Amino acid sequence: MDEIRILTPTGMLGAGWDEATIERGLALGVDVITVDAGSTDSGPYYLGSATAKTTAKAVARDLRSLLRAAARSGAPLIVGSCGTSGTDRGVDWVAGLVAEIQAEEGLDLPVARIYSEQNAADLKEHLDAGRIHPLPPLGELKAETLESCAHIVGMMGHEPIVEALAAGARVVLAGRATDTALAAAYPLMKGAPAGPSWHAAKIVECGGQCTTNPRGGGVHTTIDATGFTIEPLAADSACTPYTVAAHMLYETVNPFEMREPDGTLDVREATYTALDDRRVRVEGSRFHRAEQHTIKLEGSRVTGYETLSFSAIRDPLVLADVDAWAALLRHHVTARVTQTLGLADDEYAFDVRLYGHNAVLDAIEPETGAPREVGVMLLVNAPDQATATAVAKVANTLLLHLPAAAMDHLPSFAFASSPAEVERGAAYEFVLNHVVDSVTPTALFRIEYGAVR
Amino acid sequence: MTTISDLALEVRSKNAGPFWVTMELFMRDADGYRAVSFVDERIVAELYRVDPGTIQIFRIPSLNIVKISFPRPVSQGSLRDRDMHAGQHHVPLALLAVRGD
Repeated sequence: MDEIRILTPTGMLGAGWDEATIERGLALGVDVITVDAGSTDSGPYYLGSATAKTTAKAVARDLRSLLRAAARSGAPLIVGSCGTSGTDRGVDWVAGLVAEIQAEEGLDLPVARIYSEQNAADLKEHLDAGRIHPLPPLGELKAETLESCAHIVGMMGHEPIVEALAAGARVVLAGRATDTALAAAYPLMKGAPAGPSWHAAKIVECGGQCTTNPRGGGVHTTIDATGFTIEPLAADSACTPYTVAAHMLYETVNPFEMREPDGTLDVREATYTALDDRRVRVEGSRFHRAEQHTIKLEGSRVTGYETLSFSAIRDPLVLADVDAWAALLRHHVTARVTQTLGLADDEYAFDVRLYGHNAVLDAIEPETGAPREVGVMLLVNAPDQATATAVAKVANTLLLHLPAAAMDHLPSFAFASSPAEVERGAAYEFVLNHVVDSVTPTALFRIEYGAVR
Repeated sequence: MTTISDLALEVRSKNAGPFWVTMELFMRDADGYRAVSFVDERIVAELYRVDPGTIQIFRIPSLNIVKISFPRPVSQGSLRDRDMHAGQHHVPLALLAVRGD
């Protein structure tokens, strides 16, 4: 086989890069450009609301750079998990930006859009047929859980991307895809061995994260018959056996094995060797084909509507035992809500977080000692926004004036802004961690060619 | 008192998907790696108040790394989740005193 050279400019489309890194990559020779545009890492909101975490201007800036590079080099551009969560709306959003840029730049690269959104009714048929299985820590799936989701996506492997490339697409805009499928697709299509292809794809998924300078941009990778070689795009950065090997640990449960739709990457026997002071050679990666191809599902549903209020305490009399004050606050909020709004305890929920004291780790915080100042966040969740805001408004006088048990005067705490409440809108949670046995590797995905109609 | 953090290049934590927390102890050298050999499922379960049966620990002596994964105790993005990326959850482990000190 011929060598396959992959340019990965960053770990997240919209994060930006120094244009010189792209020039350096192109000078090394490039057969395919791959970039991830999504993640579940920032929470269930982006999938639930089908909106992007990144802003259009930043995504467009990065796409312009890559579309120019794709046109100059002849290498196809593959973008995965478009619009953060890979919903159909996310794919159309990126496709719209690509169309605008192609028109402005006088480019006419053929575009494929791969849609990964699933509907609950179709999935229910798979569920009834016994084709959906839970991944730990979740249990068996219930049909009503599918129906409760605002959006569900399936994580595609390389196969739909290969199909789009084989059909002549030069720009592939994928919905939700495994991070690795993006960089693995082209080498696998060209007959590269599966072990090095998937292992290289995992190492490049976060761009420069596998280098000594993660801020310095992306990486250039060459896959051949026995392994792969990787180097950073930034001149002042390096790949070392340590930085490359260590990236197998990033955001994974198991550092030795990684399940993909069509099998499992196994790096137990992989070796990492420095070729010089900036390039690393990796060999010995293996891939075990699974008996059953599976597609992982992600689904997000509304849990209610949230309203947030934020005050702050500096008074040492209160901070001497701020936990007791917070307990008093919780007690009075509950009592006042019952009295004023007539709500039972199960008709709303709230969380009091003492930032500066133990807000981040809460009960598992190991440090003790009195804080100097504390931010008091009240976060309310209710079935509708008006109720959440009503609870926050009832709590307002307490957040402003609640004295500690030992105080015989009325303190006034430091509100950070006016109005005191911020309506956060819908709040979401992920409820799916299940796989579907694939009828075919591409059956759950829809490919369309050309601009969005 | 020597803590794990004192002997490490880096101690970090992160989500591994929406349902798992994972953390890594990147120890400075083989001595540091040996010094954290006492970290087991029972210790992690106590620190993080999770079921020891759900904890996975991976040891990579060639890199002086210990990796620990367990299901996220609080649902990501829920009302009680104060660490969306689980990025600060390494601290109790990092502050743990190394035994025999």
